[in-house]
Formats: sequence, structure tokens, C-alpha cells
Amino acid sequence: MKRYFFPALKLTLVLVLLTAGFYPLLIAGLAKMAPGRGDGVTVKKDGRIIGYANVGQQFTGDDYFQTRPSAVAYNAAGSGGSNKGPSNPDYLQVVKDRIDTFLVHNPDVQRSGIPAELVTASGSGLDPHLSPEGALVQVSRIAKLRGIQEQRLRELVKEHTQGPLAGMFGPATVHVLQLNLALDEIHQR
Amino acid sequence: MNTELLGIIATYAITLLVAIPLGRYIAKVFAGQRTLLDFMAPLERGIYRFCGIDPKEDMNWKQHLKALLTINILWFVYGFFMLIFQDRLPLNPDHNAAQTPDLAFNTVISFLVNCDLQHYSGESGVTYLTQLFVITFLQFVSAATGIAALVAVFKALRQKTTTQLGNFWDHLLKTTTRILLPICIVIAGILAFRGTPASFAGKDTIVTVQGDTVQVSRGPAAGMIAIKHVGTNGGGWFGANSIHPLENPDYLTNMTEAVAQMIIPIAMVFALGFFIQRKKFAYVIFGVMTAGMLAIMIPTILSETGGNPAISQMGIAQVSGAMEGKEVRFGPMATAYWSTITTIVSTGSVNGFHDSTMPLTGMMELIAMMTNCFYGGCGVGILNYFVFIIIAVFISGLMVGRTPEFMGHKVEAREMKIAAIVALLHPLLILSGTALSSYAVAHGWGAGWATQPGAWLNNPGHHGFSEMMYEYTSAAANNGSGFEGLTDNNLFWNVTTGFVLLLSRFLPIICPVAIAGILASKKYVPESAGTLRTDTATFGIMTFAVIAIIAALAFFPALALGPIAEYFSLY
Repeated sequence: MKRYFFPALKLTLVLVLLTAGFYPLLIAGLAKMAPGRGDGVTVKKDGRIIGYANVGQQFTGDDYFQTRPSAVAYNAAGSGGSNKGPSNPDYLQVVKDRIDTFLVHNPDVQRSGIPAELVTASGSGLDPHLSPEGALVQVSRIAKLRGIQEQRLRELVKEHTQGPLAGMFGPATVHVLQLNLALDEIHQR
Repeated sequence: MNTELLGIIATYAITLLVAIPLGRYIAKVFAGQRTLLDFMAPLERGIYRFCGIDPKEDMNWKQHLKALLTINILWFVYGFFMLIFQDRLPLNPDHNAAQTPDLAFNTVISFLVNCDLQHYSGESGVTYLTQLFVITFLQFVSAATGIAALVAVFKALRQKTTTQLGNFWDHLLKTTTRILLPICIVIAGILAFRGTPASFAGKDTIVTVQGDTVQVSRGPAAGMIAIKHVGTNGGGWFGANSIHPLENPDYLTNMTEAVAQMIIPIAMVFALGFFIQRKKFAYVIFGVMTAGMLAIMIPTILSETGGNPAISQMGIAQVSGAMEGKEVRFGPMATAYWSTITTIVSTGSVNGFHDSTMPLTGMMELIAMMTNCFYGGCGVGILNYFVFIIIAVFISGLMVGRTPEFMGHKVEAREMKIAAIVALLHPLLILSGTALSSYAVAHGWGAGWATQPGAWLNNPGHHGFSEMMYEYTSAAANNGSGFEGLTDNNLFWNVTTGFVLLLSRFLPIICPVAIAGILASKKYVPESAGTLRTDTATFGIMTFAVIAIIAALAFFPALALGPIAEYFSLY
């Protein structure tokens, strides 16, 4: 082993410098040219940072488009999902309660019209998106509370729907923070 | 066509389009032919001079393994001490605590062996210093170690009779400078430009629109996320891994990361064909591996897009599929695709939590890691597959009544014994670990332990059993994903999986290198009409059968207690 020890030691030193020193600094340097300058892209309102573009935030009020259930209450100090298995009876009870709560707050909605993402926790606990259906299903509730035409809100959701990548790949999404900011713009609560 | 389906088809197509030329390039790098990155040669020469290495000095298989083990032991010691003293070292803007010795033991081994189990959360369990100087560093060198060992096997297969298998240090350094770093710089660049943090700024505190005060963890993550995939490591910067919207911001980054984790494993198969100039042999291997992937992936996709039947019964239409533990921007289809590729190529990164996937999906994830050779990890995938080839050669030889031969060398009892050790070690480690932990849970061991076995599981019944089996399977396959509901940061899990990780990494590297070295040193027997050809579809099917039969015999009873029983309780 002795024959290999010193080459191994020196090569380790070189590889540490290369992969943990040079490489991250190079990427940090490149990222200075990227949106957010490598610090994460922020969203500002009236000059104040009110969120990170990629990180979801919680909306609990009935007069906002609400985000998905989260195991970490949308605090990105950490991240994580519920890790509940599909057959766990306690978990299934939680889902049932979420459905009932949703129906109470959205009396115009049929049970079968509730998209799955609104009653299941996301993986990161920070999901910034809903499907277009997940936003549309909340329109009638918000329209009543804010006194806006439902049609106007549906158009708003449509404007904020991001189609699949290049029109071809993956699902369509709605960014909830941007949608709610736009909502506040047409109607201050 | 459905855009979610189109998305995964495109992802796989791009993977192949990148992997095939990459395979040709890798073969050239190790054959010493001219390549695009030859401008690095002076840098490499300087490094060799500094280290006192002569890259032209050939090593035999034993010398290869000695060099490999020496440097790995060094990395272990270095990483362990960095982690237990990280709280006192610089680059810790979030003031995270040191790792306990048992956690540091598990963490350093886990990254050393290319597994990345992560019994900590990235936001709080490590510092920027250890994220880079331990985690990222080990993610590079563990991948390079696997590839360096495989290149020695390539060199053994190329020659008729030889003991000269190249220089381990040369393989290790060139893998890093010529393959991993250049690819990672491209991938990390894409991620950074799509919003993944890359600077050294610490946690930010913000007040949200509705007035909640929350924090946002950040850091120089983009580079680490690139190597975590390119090197099939899988350990994430953030706790939620590639589910986290900063670690994997959108569908484009999702495709990028999915491609990144597959390209080297697939490229190595083609590199083998180019390097030993037996392309047909490589195509057969690729065919078997791809068939294995599809056999795992198709049921996975069907079961995830079908949704959770218990939630369907509540009257909820799960239009795109099951959503618990998944993100809207990827959708169930891309998450199902990822769950298969990450378990076959031993990455273990996730873009949706496996603990919440449907029972059939959970079983497929387990089977992918139990077979562990459909493409497989960086370098080690083909080493594992090589063991099955030897077994298949031996069995077919017996079936047709001929002396088993592989690449012009007789396969004899000694090689066969070594191959059998590797094939049996994997189920032995998984099943005995699962048995031990199940016993602890069922019989109320450890009343005085800090975390009692009764508190380990996040789900009751069959699924709880699967959580334990998954952890050992992931450790033994050096995969790193988990049924993350398991409370695994405690003495029992840190120590037992630590040992499983070590055994299941180094024996499956040592043994195939030994077999190849021994075979290459034997007298060359020219091919004749009586030779069993290993580059035919028939032999491919034979190898597939060997893999499937060994896995089925070893694991069916355990799978019946976990995912299969859960399946029948739900459907």
C-alpha cells in the first residue's frame, strides 16, 4: 500500500481543488450573468421582495387562488413531502377531510371536479404551480368574494397559463403567485 | 399525442442522441486517441509530475485494486473529519451544526460509494464547505472510481493475453478532467440560467404576499446538482432533492437532469463496443438493458397515471394520475419515468417521493435496484452486468456440453466462484438487513434507544415493511433513493446501512476486476465453430433470463410481504 499512499494523497489534493474549488467558483461566476445572478430569482412588489419566483408560497385566504397542501407549510428553510403511502388509513382520512373542506368553501363545485393536486401534498412542499384546472375550479369562489365577473377571472387564468415546453413536452401549469399578484392588480382586496 | 407522454419519449431520445457519440468519445479518451479536449494534456502532465505518477506505467489487476482501495480509504478519513468538525469550519452562513459521528460515518460512506442515502437534510445537515469539499468532491471521484475500474476491465477484454490493464491514476484523473467536469459545466450552466442558485449567499428571510415570514435556503447548488446526476450519485443539495423547485425549476431542467443521469451509463456500453472493437457485443448488451428498463418502466407509468384507487373511491378524478408527493410542473408521467431511470442507473435522485408512489411502482423501483444492472451506475453498471455474463456463459456452456469460454478465455471454477459471490451477496445483504430491522420492530427491541424501532416507520402494515426493505435495497444497490418516511438518522440505520454500503460497493468492484484480470492472463483460445458466441440475441436472452431468475428466486417472498400485499389491499 505504501507505494500508492503518496500519489493517492497528492492526487486527492489536486482533485479537491479542481472539483470543490475551481468548479463551483466557475459556475458561480457564470451564474452572475443569469437571471437572479445566482442568488435565486426574486419577485418584487412596490420595491419589496415578496417571494422567490421558483418557490411556491402559501395562500390560505378564500379570496386568493390557493396553493397545494404542503408538509412544510411553504417555509423553504426546509423542504419535503408527507411520505405517506397510498394505503395509509390516516393519510386517506386527511385527504377525505381536505375534500370536505374544499367543498364547504366552494359550494358550486362538484366533488368529481376537484383536481387531485388540490387535495394531495406536493413532494417539495414548495410547489409554486397548479394545473389550469386547479386554478379554474377556484374561480367561482373568488369571483363571488371579490365581486368580479367569473368570465374575467377565467381569462386571467388563461393569460397566466404556461403551456407545455415548446408547446409539446410536459403538462401546462399556472404560476399561483403571479396569478394572485395579477388578481390583486385588477381588484385590491 | 399527450404532451406528458411526448415529453418522456423526447427525453429518452435526447439521451440516446447524446450517449452514442459520448460513448465513442470515451473509448477514444482511454485508447489514447486524439480528441477535442487534448488541450488539457499539459495540465494533466503537470498534475502527474506533482503527484509523482507515471501515467504510462501499466498496472495488473491487483495493483489497480490496491491503488483504488488506498485512495478510497484516504477519502473516507478526510470526509469523516470534515463532517464532524463542519460547525467550526468556514463557509457556514446558516450556522448549521456538526454531524454526529454515526451520521458522519453513514454520510461519508454513502457518498464515497456513489450511493448518497442522505440521512440528513441538505438545508440543515451540512454546510456550504462540506457540500462542496466533501459531498461534491466525493460525487466526482466516486463516479470516476467506478469508471476507472471499468476501464481496466475494458483493457483486459481488448487484449488476447495480457496482465497490463493501464494505470489506475490515469483512468481516474482523465475521467474527471475529460468526461465529468466538461459535461458538468454544461449541465450546471443550464441549471443556473433556469434559476437554480449558484452563489454563496446564505438563507434569505422574506415576508410573503399574505404576510407569512418564511426563509429560503440557497447556496452554490447548480454545480453539485450537475455532478449528482452526471456521476449517477443522486444526493441532493436540498432535502427534497430534484423535487425542490430551486433544484429542478421547470420541465426543461427536469429533462436536462433526466438526460444527465443516463448518458454516462449508456455511453459506457457503447464505449465498450468501440473500445474492444466488438460493436455487436455492445448492441446486444444495450438491447438487454433497454428491454429490462422497459419491463420496469411501462408498469410504473401505467400504475402512476392510473392514480390512487383509494382516492378515486372518494369521487376524485385523478385526470393525469396520482399527485401525492409529486409536482404539478412535472406531472405523474415524467415522475414515473424518472422513478424508473433513477433506480436502474443507481442515481437515486428523485423528482417525486417514492414513498407515496403506488404499490406496483414501489415494487418496480425495488426490482430495478435488486437487478441493478440495466445500464446501472457510472462504471459499476457494466461491472455488475459482466458478472451476470460470466454466469450466463457458464450455464449455457453446461447446457450445450462445452467448456465455457468468454472472449477467447476459458471460464473456470475460480472465476465462477467469484461471480457467484457477487450475485449472492446482493440478496444476502438486502434480506438479512430487512429481517434484522423487521425483527427489531416486531419484537420491541431497543427500549433504551434514542429512537425506538416503534417510531421508525411513517406508514403502517405492508408499506412500513416496504420502507425498511427499500432502505436496505437502496443501500445494497448503492442507489440512494429512499422511502423517505423512514426515520433513518439514528444509530441503528446509520451503522447497519453503512456496512451494507461498504460491502456492496467494493466487492462488486473487486470481483469483476479480478475475474477480468484472471481471464485476460489466461492463454487465448481462438474462436472456432464450437465457440459459444456471446454477441448474439440468443445469448442476450440467456443473460436476461439469468438476471430475472436470480432476482425472482431471491426476492419474490420479500416482495410478496411488501408491495404485492399492499397492492391487493388497495385494488
